[in-house]
Amino acid sequence: MSNCVVTLPLHAIAHGRAGDKGNRLNVSVIAHEPAFWPIIRDQVTAERIRHLFAHRHVTEVRRYELPKLEALNFVVEDALEGGVNSSLGTDTHGKSLSYLVLGMLVEVPENMTPRPPALAETPS
Amino acid sequence: MFRIGSGAGFSGDRVDAAQSVVAELAAAGEGGAIIFETMGERTLALGQISRRTDPDKGYEPLLEEIVTPILRTCIESNIAIVSNFGCANPPAAARLLARIAREQGLGGIRIGIVEGDDLLGRVGPDQMERWDGDGRLPAVDGELIAVNAYLGARTIADALNEGAQIVVTGRVADPALVLGPLVAHFGWDWNDLDRIAAGTLIGHLLECGSQVSGGFFADPGIKDVPRPAEIGFPIAEVEEDGTFVITKARGTGGVVSLKTVKEQILYEIHDPAAYLTPDVTLDLSEVEIAEIGPDRVRVTGAKGHEAPEKLKATLCYEGDWFGEAAISYAGPNSAARAKLAVEIIHDRLKLRNLDVQFRADIVGIASCFDSAEGTLRQDITPAGNDFRVRFAFSSHSEKAVRAAVQDVGALYCCGPAGGGGIRSSVRARLTTQSYLVPRELVSSRFVMAEAI
Repeated sequence: MSNCVVTLPLHAIAHGRAGDKGNRLNVSVIAHEPAFWPIIRDQVTAERIRHLFAHRHVTEVRRYELPKLEALNFVVEDALEGGVNSSLGTDTHGKSLSYLVLGMLVEVPENMTPRPPALAETPS
Repeated sequence: MFRIGSGAGFSGDRVDAAQSVVAELAAAGEGGAIIFETMGERTLALGQISRRTDPDKGYEPLLEEIVTPILRTCIESNIAIVSNFGCANPPAAARLLARIAREQGLGGIRIGIVEGDDLLGRVGPDQMERWDGDGRLPAVDGELIAVNAYLGARTIADALNEGAQIVVTGRVADPALVLGPLVAHFGWDWNDLDRIAAGTLIGHLLECGSQVSGGFFADPGIKDVPRPAEIGFPIAEVEEDGTFVITKARGTGGVVSLKTVKEQILYEIHDPAAYLTPDVTLDLSEVEIAEIGPDRVRVTGAKGHEAPEKLKATLCYEGDWFGEAAISYAGPNSAARAKLAVEIIHDRLKLRNLDVQFRADIVGIASCFDSAEGTLRQDITPAGNDFRVRFAFSSHSEKAVRAAVQDVGALYCCGPAGGGGIRSSVRARLTTQSYLVPRELVSSRFVMAEAI
């Protein structure tokens, strides 16, 4: 068995959804297949999410594990630049931000790489 | 078994969505309920403003269009309609519903009107505490337009138990629209917290309409959704013990799968062990789901804990002025021309001493993920050659916002080469903030209106 890993966008192994309440964002990260759950659990840390949103001046990131759903839930405080009524941005709800998270790179063992459609997005 | 479906997940949802849901419930022949969740944080303030100018307005603007095609079937098939489409004026919504019923020859229908959410003029921010999810946002000092507490499901259940065929509410916790009919049907004890939690979870899954049945889900090649133009809105089949299956009407588009249900379970959830509602604190951490057939997902394991001591309330204020303007650049060196347009407007605001908040996004480089400062834009080398620069301005001065927008218009002649397609708009904004209000300051009740 090979020990090689490939670097893929999280989008290749996970899906998710973003939601807003006030200036607080939540983003779920859900394994596409059970085999990907340990990779997601180990690599998608609160620290990395905080780093992803650093330019938005977020103040706190909380991470919740839901092993029965093979999912993580992140709560990102002050991510929405004032929220839906105050932000000057285009996506004031932050609905697109699940895909900021899904663009994060993760390392996946080569023998576990997902099906071709997702692989097509491997960065060059 | 009790069947409850959803016909709308927000104000502005597909107006024909309810028809397949109602047809499916009617075909099953065992009654049931359909909910419409049509209120957002701002919708209610818009409703309040609308009611100020016309005491017969302030309810969901699409109400007539949504209800007209389904009302007869619902009444004849014993399908209760439960909705917050009363918005800022539930009595006016009930009058409209009575008129539609009369026009359809449906005499004597009973409409329960839930009241008590509107606290304007009775309870102010000084009697509440700030909700922590607004983080560091400063308290607002504009004119207060609306104060509405999120009511729970009890009054909805009471109205149904008294024979209401339609229940019209203003602000209620969204899942309460579902929990109310379930409690009324099964006679669940309000202290049976696991059942109340299960009913709340069903409400949470249904309240966004198609978001659990293939809406807000499609990602071509990764998560495909069949016939997305004809998504079947969700139906829950609920057992007396609180276990339930999420499904949708036969023959509709969309999909109900483990993935759609997982995404919606966690939608707008913060701590999964403590989803706070007026009726119960819902614990999702042990929830399990299983696909038991095509477009059929069973959900079990919701746990309930005591409801929070305080109710959430949304306060809505007069906000600031907001202006947007956009211009396009395409072809060779267009990214550089787009970035130059941003610099020019930045400098023009300074030169004219316009006191506005300012932001620019370049569609094609970074327009969703960026910060107000444009941090991401600096580091991205765009691949395309077709960009739209979108400017946004805000200020308490309408004049300053209009002046800033006008200066974007001047890019036609004075800006970088080849800029075209300017569109702009200016509007007054409302702003909302959330507070927590002591329960003793809020009392809900219903009145029954009978259409003759």
